Order: sequence, then structure tokens, then C-alpha cells
Amino acid sequence: MHPPHGIAIGAVVAVLGMPLALAEIPLDQRRSGYDQLSPASKAMQDDDTSNPATLTVLDGEALWGRKAGEANKSCADCHGDAATSMRGVSARYPAFSPAKARPIDIEQRVNLCRTEQQKVAPLAHESRDLLALTAFIGKQSRGMPIAVTNDEKTRPFIEAGQRSYGMRQGQLNLSCQNCHDDHWGQKLAGVPLVQGHPNGYPLYRLEWQSVGSLQRRLRNCLIGMRAEPYAYGADEYVDLELFLMWRARGMTVETPAVRP
Amino acid sequence: MDGFDITRREALIAGGLAAAGAASLASPPVAASTPGQMEHAIRSLIGEAEVRKGKVTLDLPPLVENGNTVPLTVIVDSPMTKADHVKAIHVFNEKNPQANVISVQLGPRAGKAHVSTRVRLAGTQTLTAIAEMSDGTYWSDSQEVIVTLAACLEDLI
Amino acid sequence: MSARALINVPRKARRGDVIEIKTLISHIMETGFRHGTMGELIPRDIITSLSCKYNGEEIFATQLYPAIAANPFVTFHTVATESGTLAFHWIGDNGFEATEEAKIVVE
Repeated sequence: MHPPHGIAIGAVVAVLGMPLALAEIPLDQRRSGYDQLSPASKAMQDDDTSNPATLTVLDGEALWGRKAGEANKSCADCHGDAATSMRGVSARYPAFSPAKARPIDIEQRVNLCRTEQQKVAPLAHESRDLLALTAFIGKQSRGMPIAVTNDEKTRPFIEAGQRSYGMRQGQLNLSCQNCHDDHWGQKLAGVPLVQGHPNGYPLYRLEWQSVGSLQRRLRNCLIGMRAEPYAYGADEYVDLELFLMWRARGMTVETPAVRP
Repeated sequence: MDGFDITRREALIAGGLAAAGAASLASPPVAASTPGQMEHAIRSLIGEAEVRKGKVTLDLPPLVENGNTVPLTVIVDSPMTKADHVKAIHVFNEKNPQANVISVQLGPRAGKAHVSTRVRLAGTQTLTAIAEMSDGTYWSDSQEVIVTLAACLEDLI
Repeated sequence: MSARALINVPRKARRGDVIEIKTLISHIMETGFRHGTMGELIPRDIITSLSCKYNGEEIFATQLYPAIAANPFVTFHTVATESGTLAFHWIGDNGFEATEEAKIVVE
């Protein structure tokens, strides 16, 4: 990982009191959370007929073809067969939106289509329909390498996400880095720590007994650290997601994954 | 299925909550099993028949990452012919608020007495599977499962 | 909200083969033992039974209890006797009902 250039790194080091680069996981040591799953959970993810998230993907497939809004259009009307048009899309999200002058995640992209093209109300975060569509779209990137863009437009946001990642917060005063870079593979309250890559979202989390988004998982961590979670849809989550996707660049998309 | 005892206990807890008022509630009461509950559930389903160990294999992972979704398989050694087959399989647990897990009816058309599902376990405990054979005999197997909890819990959303 | 179900049955089988049938249906399986944030008991809402008929004859039946995990996954076996339809029927609390079918060709 190339460290941010110029003043930014100096400011970050001064604030955190430790150089960021040291705690990073070397690229060749990155591991998907899949590797730390029990054999039963791996089997659940590998077999579409037993993966509970398949039900959500099927819902998404149905929604893809359903007309909606004043424009009476379905996703399929513009995008055709998702297996072709959506192939690789989730693997490069969050992506820079010129209209918003900042990166947006796939949920925001779906809602932009709904409001601007279909002329219908946006879907609420963690709603059944938004999860279904993003799971269906995400599945079209399954098996592909994560490939978000890191250029002069997205870099400030990746760096903002990286700062979030290294920032201690909450009553437990922990940063993401403390667990997921410094102690991955070790145990937290008897549970093995993963490196925290976003390569399977939306996924079926056994703890939730349902499919959920990356933002829901990030909120879980924040609540776990006794920090105030940002509201759903906050820029902070999108910046962090963009940083996490950059951190996971080249790793394989597993959507929809299964995790404990 | 006789759930009378549990219903009454829950009603007493709910009544106690209403009386005490929400403000004094430290933490919500956690439903738990009562001693003898599993034995009672077994007898309700199979009566006084003798249950012997054998013929049944109850397969569960010895250690699970999350008690919410635990794969469970029951296989019964039987030719599954008209003359000799498994009529039913019942699975019980000892620590959940209710002792029954699943009951399954089979017959010679099954070909194999091999069923799977996913269960919820309230904590580390032993499960028991009992098979009822066409000749009226009962056979069983038990297995202990160690259940770990998630490190960070989520608020109800 | 309609339930989404997924059935996995081999499309073809030889007569006499023992085949595996896998079923998966979306359902919250609310146990009736959980409490909300104000201490109130969340009422039970589970699927209570699943049955399967092969060309009209019942070949499998199961009763599910709150201990069954959300999005119930149930697998079982049957002998492939003839071509036809496997019909699945789920029943649950609050008038829940769902049906699904799968065809099989037996040669």
C-alpha cells in the first residue's frame, strides 16, 4: 500500500502518535474471513442451494425485472441482463460520482437510479428490497477481483477512510486497526478476529439470522466499541468502505457470503 | 405439545414486569429450561417405551461459531423396507426454553433415514435424537455441542 | 410479504435411486422467548410444519419448533419411483402458508 503523500501523513502521524504503515497487513498475507469459517459455514456459503442469502438474491432478481415509479421502468429496461451489465460493478464500488463530487456506494447508486431514472422513492437502508437488489447485483461480481479506483479524485476519500480506520473511538477506545491489523487471527472473547475485508457484502450473518449490508456490520463494531454509530448513509461509512475496498484490492468477491 | 408450564412461567414474569414498572428493569428476563423438561418432552412423545442407545447417529459440529445456526444431521441405520424401517425421528435439547427441536415422519419410501436441518442452541448443551422403528423399538444417540457467543452484540434495530 | 422458497431436487433420476431433497424457505422463526428493548415478550412466529407429497402421496412430514434456525433448511431422502411432481407445503403461526413444486423425470 502506497502511503499518502505530502502533509496528510505528517498530520495523521502527529494525531495518532504511530506511523500507519507499520501496522498494515502485507498484501500477500491478506486473508478473506472465509478462511476462518468453520467447515459447516464454508459449506453453507459454497452451496447456493443451502446458502440462506440465495433467497435474498432471488428476491433481487425478481425486483430487477419489476417496473416501478412514474417512469414505469424496471432495472432490466435500461440495464438488460444483469449477468452481463452488472458483471464487475460491485467489485469497483464505492465509485466516484461526478454529480455528487464524491464517491458513492452501491446502495446510493441504486437509489440514484430509482429517484432519477425510475422516478420512484429511494429504498431505505437495510430494507428487504435494497438488500435484495444489492445482493443480486453483488452476486454478478462473485469470483472477480476487487478493483476500486485510487486516483486524484478518490484519493482524498480513501485517506479519510484510512484516518477513520486508525482512529481510536468509543468507551473502549479502540480503532479498527487495533483488532483487524494488529491482532487478526487471535481471539476476542473466544471469537477469532478476522482481517475485516468487505469482500462478501451483502452477506448472511449467522448472528443476524438475515442478510445485511457492510454498513450494518460497521455499526455493529462501533456499538461493540461503545461508540456512537453514524447514521445509515453517512459519508463516513462510504469513505471507510472505499478505504476497506482499496485495502482489499485484488481479493476475490464472495457476495453473498456467510459469516458468523 | 404440552407447553403449559412454560406459558405459566412466562405469564408470571410478564406480570411481575408490569407490576415493577419498566423503569426498574435492569435487564430483560432470559427464558431458560427447567430441570426435567427434556425428559417430560420425550415422554410426551414416546410414552413409557424403553429407549436404547444405538442405530442412530446424531451429527453436530463439536464447536460452533454461532449458536443461531447449527447444522444438525440424524442418520439411522435401517434398511427402510416395509418390514423394517424408521417411522419417526425426534430431536430434543436440554438448555433451550423448549425441549423439542424437530420431529420427522418417514416410511419405506424414504429409501434412507437421513435428515438434516439447522438449529438454534441457547448455549453449550447436549442434544438427543430418538428414532421410532416400525417394530415399536426406540433407539437414540446424544451429542454435546460447545456454543460460543459473538464478541460484540448488536442493539435491536 | 410472501415467503421465498428454494427446492433442490435432481431433475432426472433412475428408477429406484435414493435421491436427496433440499428445502430452504425464508422465515424469521421468531421463537417467542425473546424480549424487546422495553422488556416486552416478542410473540412467537414460526413455521410449524412442512410436508412433501410425491405425485399426491405423502413421503415426508416434519414438525418444527422454535429451536429451528431462521430461514428453515430441511433435507431428506426419497426413492425415485416415477416421473412427476414433488409438492411442498409449509404451515406456520399467524396463518402462514407456502407451497412450492418441483418436477422430476424418472427413467
